[in-house]
Amino acid sequence: MSTHTGAYRPELLATAGSLAELERLIDAGADAFVLGEPRYAMRLPGAFDPQAMADACRLAHARGVRIYAAVNNLIDNKAADALDAYISGVARAGVDAIVFGDPAVLVQAKAQAPQLALHWSAEMTSTNYATADFWGRRGATRVVAARELNMEELLELKRKSALQVEVQVHGMTNIYHSKRSLLSSYADYRSRAGHGAAQLETGSERGLYLIEPERPEERFPIYEDAGGTHIMSADDICLLECLDELLEGGIDSFKIDGLLHSEAYNEAVVRAYRTAIDAYCADPAAYRFDESLLDGIRALQDPGRELSFGFMFKEQVY
Amino acid sequence: MATQAKTRPQGKRHRLERPELLAPAGNLEKLRFAVHYGADAVYIGGQKYGLRSNADNFTFEEMEEGVRFAAQYGAKVFVATNIYAHNEDLDGLETYLRRLEQAGVAAIIAADPIIVETAMRVAPKLEVHLSTQQSTLNWQAVQFWKEEGLPRVVLARETSIEEIAEIKAHVDIEIEQFIHGAMCSSYSGRCVLSNHFTDRDSNRGGCCQSCRWKYDLFVEDEPLGQQEQDKFTMGSKDLCMIEHLPALIEAGVDSFKIEGRMKSLHYVATVVNAYRQAIDAYFEDPQGYRVKPEWLDEINKAANRPLNSGFFFGTPGAGEHIYEPEEKAAPYDFAGVVLDYDEVACIATIQQRNHFKPGQEVEFFGPGGTFFRQPVGELLDEEGQQLDAARHPLQHVRMRTEQPVKAMDMMRKRIGGR
Repeated sequence: MSTHTGAYRPELLATAGSLAELERLIDAGADAFVLGEPRYAMRLPGAFDPQAMADACRLAHARGVRIYAAVNNLIDNKAADALDAYISGVARAGVDAIVFGDPAVLVQAKAQAPQLALHWSAEMTSTNYATADFWGRRGATRVVAARELNMEELLELKRKSALQVEVQVHGMTNIYHSKRSLLSSYADYRSRAGHGAAQLETGSERGLYLIEPERPEERFPIYEDAGGTHIMSADDICLLECLDELLEGGIDSFKIDGLLHSEAYNEAVVRAYRTAIDAYCADPAAYRFDESLLDGIRALQDPGRELSFGFMFKEQVY
Repeated sequence: MATQAKTRPQGKRHRLERPELLAPAGNLEKLRFAVHYGADAVYIGGQKYGLRSNADNFTFEEMEEGVRFAAQYGAKVFVATNIYAHNEDLDGLETYLRRLEQAGVAAIIAADPIIVETAMRVAPKLEVHLSTQQSTLNWQAVQFWKEEGLPRVVLARETSIEEIAEIKAHVDIEIEQFIHGAMCSSYSGRCVLSNHFTDRDSNRGGCCQSCRWKYDLFVEDEPLGQQEQDKFTMGSKDLCMIEHLPALIEAGVDSFKIEGRMKSLHYVATVVNAYRQAIDAYFEDPQGYRVKPEWLDEINKAANRPLNSGFFFGTPGAGEHIYEPEEKAAPYDFAGVVLDYDEVACIATIQQRNHFKPGQEVEFFGPGGTFFRQPVGELLDEEGQQLDAARHPLQHVRMRTEQPVKAMDMMRKRIGGR
């Protein structure tokens, strides 16, 4: 019953913490990567400045893989003033698209690199097809859907929007972002109150997490970087089991977010989704979910983190 | 060293045009009091598209009534349509926006670009102000929204005074800024804690304030804080900029916004009253401007949490968050509203808003800083029967006041057994 022609080749998009991981995930089947550096990108596992991005582009393009530059951070005046030079830099590095959230990036990308595709990614606020098309009329070619949408909303977004639709299918998601250094402030408070040391290492590699007393099973990773404090979901989205619904709906890009996961884990995940997507595309009618693919992921899954459907089958209230 | 003289500011710039004082109004009564106490504009929520789904929120008829009332004072009414819409919310958007325009609303405050664009297309008489929920921090983004046709942007609460001045220097647009009230500790719009904890969508008005809960922070799988007053939280102190108005005015802020569509009548009237006096005092004599202690005293009587200056002078640290139990700042409670005053007999008719009784110390206050204290004397009901206390919600009682009062003046009682 597929409505697609044989030409439907959805993209499998990944992140990479290093050039080595990038190569490993290309081997595992990734079609594209989103890369960036903390100054301009939001919550990525690695740091690729324009120089490193150029290396990544050479390596990726030789294998038919695309590189998207994440310039989707919150942009203050200082960052905005250097934006034209930065965007020219990533364009020269050879990237295939720019991922933006702030309109300043859209404007500068159109001025400095009009040949590049533009992906609109406003995190939890990219929530409907009409707003996607608003950005489409101003140059965007793709919408990165909010992780808080459900299946019905995602499929309607795809049906009604003129843009390509990217959906995160695996990994953790951000649930809170503050400009404040909340962990450092807390350590500072404790020290002033005589409860503990003022020093606390707060980076993403430290493995810090929060537990809310009424939800003792859920561990929410938390870390600080130059952009402030980030709190991440206690579960990892895993949509392998319902991938066929998204494929049937014609979703253009399936993203695996490797943030705070090991290379080995990310490799297994990319491989599993590659296999599922290829199986579907080879014969949509005969496609069946293969439990063993999920088992491969489960074998490497942190036992403290559930695999979940996220908001895919939820109705939220307000 | 040689450049020092060059970079020094060219003396203070005093603005002549008075910025707007913009107050929240959770319902029609709060709207009337906000305007009466000196707000130049109020913002309210309608039945849809607003971020306070638990507030009373206005019907179109109430909006019309609010617009009429505000117009008597030369004040405007704005409507918050500041959700991030989901597909299902788009149905009915055009009708809703046209209806706001018909009701005489001056502006909407919108975050979602499709609401911005739709309003400009279908309801051209409505001004569209970009909500703080867009977390706009830089002048190029502000320039983008100006070119889209917006006359005003509410910047992110994370913007410093210096950054606001830079934005104003680059772009000729009205800047509205929150200057008082509760704050999201996250970037506005960039928090889905409620969605994860309770399936309530924070970006459509369902926020359950999870940032104010207590958490255990685990370091190497051990919780860091052991006692209750030693837990992790993201909860921020509330914003209060009354001591820094000149800096905001000189940076070019065009509209001073007070947070709190869910706050009480007493809160709105008290806070508006204090800021109204401060702004007017500044413009009367910019050079001689001093913060009056009574403005701060008044604000503290309404305050729900400890206060701070947010991001205006730098990123908040340990001292700007609430780790320990909160104490009420001032021992006063709202007790009544003056309905009428008999000048000959010096008797006020008061609508009860909280229990009070003869002998208790109360204070009366009104717009412009009128203020006096007295003990409650003889209390009578409307039939002239003596009362031992005003114990019934909204009951009308009569009492003698030591100074003249006016309708819409308010009365507080001292609490805490003193």
